Amino acid sequence: MNAKQEILNRIRAAGQIPAHDTARDYLCGTEASRSDIIADMVAALEDYTAIVTIVPPAGVGDAIDEMLSEAATVVVPPGLDESWRDAAGRHGRAVRIDDPPLSKADLDATDAVVTASRVGVSLSGTIILDGQPDQGRRAISLVPDTHVIVLDADDIKATVPEAVAIVEEHPLRPTTWIAGPSATSDIELVRVDGVHGPRNLRVIIVDQTLDR
Amino acid sequence: MLDKLKELGSSIGLNPADWSEQDIEEQKLGWYPGHPTPDDPLRWGRTFPEGARETLQNTQMRRNLGYATGKIRTKRNTRVEELPDWEELREAGSLIKRNTLAHLPELLETFEQKVTERGGIVHWARDAAEANEIAYSIIAAKGVDEVVKVKSMATQEINLNSYLEERGIEAWETDLAEMIVQLSHDMPSHIVVPAIHRNRSEVKAIFEARMEGRPRFATNEPRELAMAARAHLRKKFLSAKVAISGANLGVAETGTLAVYESEGNGRMCLTLPETLITVMGIEKIVPSYRDIEVFSQLLPRSATGERMNPYTSFWTGVTEGDGPQEFHLILLDNGRTNVMKDEVGREALKCIRCAACMNICPVYRVSGGHAYNSVYPGPIGAILTPQLLNATDRKDPATSLPFASTLCGACYDVCPVKINIPEILVHLRHTITEANRGGLPNAWDVAMKGTSSVMSSGKKMERAGNAMKAGRLAAGRDRKIGHIPLPVAKEWTGTRDVPAPPATSFRTWWNDEHEETK
Repeated sequence: MNAKQEILNRIRAAGQIPAHDTARDYLCGTEASRSDIIADMVAALEDYTAIVTIVPPAGVGDAIDEMLSEAATVVVPPGLDESWRDAAGRHGRAVRIDDPPLSKADLDATDAVVTASRVGVSLSGTIILDGQPDQGRRAISLVPDTHVIVLDADDIKATVPEAVAIVEEHPLRPTTWIAGPSATSDIELVRVDGVHGPRNLRVIIVDQTLDR
Repeated sequence: MLDKLKELGSSIGLNPADWSEQDIEEQKLGWYPGHPTPDDPLRWGRTFPEGARETLQNTQMRRNLGYATGKIRTKRNTRVEELPDWEELREAGSLIKRNTLAHLPELLETFEQKVTERGGIVHWARDAAEANEIAYSIIAAKGVDEVVKVKSMATQEINLNSYLEERGIEAWETDLAEMIVQLSHDMPSHIVVPAIHRNRSEVKAIFEARMEGRPRFATNEPRELAMAARAHLRKKFLSAKVAISGANLGVAETGTLAVYESEGNGRMCLTLPETLITVMGIEKIVPSYRDIEVFSQLLPRSATGERMNPYTSFWTGVTEGDGPQEFHLILLDNGRTNVMKDEVGREALKCIRCAACMNICPVYRVSGGHAYNSVYPGPIGAILTPQLLNATDRKDPATSLPFASTLCGACYDVCPVKINIPEILVHLRHTITEANRGGLPNAWDVAMKGTSSVMSSGKKMERAGNAMKAGRLAAGRDRKIGHIPLPVAKEWTGTRDVPAPPATSFRTWWNDEHEETK
């Protein structure tokens, strides 16, 4: 008998196990105001030592330029907003578009990356990327040391269930949840930022209701 | 250094000849020698009392552990209190996992089908040997002699690293704590923080002695040590062709797998190599994609006391142009179907490996993980290990584990999926006791028989009560009776102080109080 059949037989031989309806009595939404949700998001991200700024749509370029101030080279996904890409290239910064895909060595020699994002969760300060052309493949937001994420304020949800409902629309996409820069607490539970992934996380929240 | 210490020892009246081998080894290494890799990671060959006797002697380990578990408990409590719906989330988590067990064959078959549809290759492994063989044959076919690894309990459980090493393949652990454990030729002592028994000075000594290039550190600051690990592993991430991971959960409905991590080493392994091999216990399945919303709230808060862990990766089979283009999934039984047979004990399979039960357990917090002689230590280990091994014989060291508990219930209170660990501990004690009935009576049986004769008679009880006064003399001024080198008493007092008996027994007191009414 093959291993699969044998394992399935063993499970069935364990007998009938009662099933239960899954009660989902936990919070799925919130009555918090939009401004509170944004404020919570900022506070949670800053708690993870991320640098956060809130700008109107017209201010994204300047914010990207500022967030990249110490970078000399930047990688961007092929589908990134053109004006954002231009902003990344200000002050003589070299912009590398990940199309065709850069080699691992090239990525390792790149200082920063700018990506868009799918959705955020204010309750836990989490930002979700699902690999679409404005976010790129997973490796580009991993190898460079600084990750600048642009997040639309309207895409910030309060709770995890609200965010999962959005990514669930395309469950097969490779998805990365990010909550702060890379960190370890393995030595005496002291949090140290940046072990293997990006050591700096910078978030630009775009608020459509703000005027320049 | 060692000579100086020996001199110092002699000057204060300690005889170096009395030092244990471990103490001498510690002086030479700069860290307390760890637990060497055993043949069976679920059963290291000793009972819990024997393991605990050894670990309790290590005062440094007890200090490190007390500090770390205290800190993690406080963080967990703060983060759990933030959520008004924590109890509802626990209930949902518990029911989802029960439903997983209720429908496991169908869920596994759907899961396999979905992973396959997305270009993944699914393998089934009845036991550790089979899982190791499958992993090795995939790696061998790639012609590589090293692989990178994401921290994974499933691969610890099957001893994959040793298996590969014997066949000339080096498996590099890339999680900082796992790397500390690997470099010091040690075993993990905690499920989430495997090097919890080490402090920064020991880590510095381990890195200086065992890391490639023998680095020197100016300080023992965690930041400096972590950055050395970063530089050390970056080359491996960029060059590795094959990676191995475990999985925190697998979604049957979509074939999606998840790894929750902090350092980014997980993302490196899951994204950069050409081939990915994932080893997953069959109980890790959840039915629907939506279930992610429950475990993504329960797991990080329970495990590391964070609102969310820095990185979580979800992938489904193979995605063109993004990540590994060859994906193998090994579904592992290795005793899980034994656990399913027991209707009380099977609740242990709901475990999501957050280790909250360890951090709160008064027994784990002093004895440390190595005392449990299994890669699954603490309260969950005490119920999981004997069940995975199907151990009921009293001669099997694993059967000592359900007895290694105060039954205080704290582990049940913190468990994010509501595993009633104390109930299962008592249930397993009963099972083990029943399985060992018959045969020659042991010292306990004889002692209990003797006790029942005394307890069944008022007169005898009174005489015994008076005799207890002698115990008061034995106790001395601290009112505690320590080790008594007599059969039976030895087994009890070897690990506990017994309070001195009262100056007068209840019967004597009653008689004195009521003398006039007699």
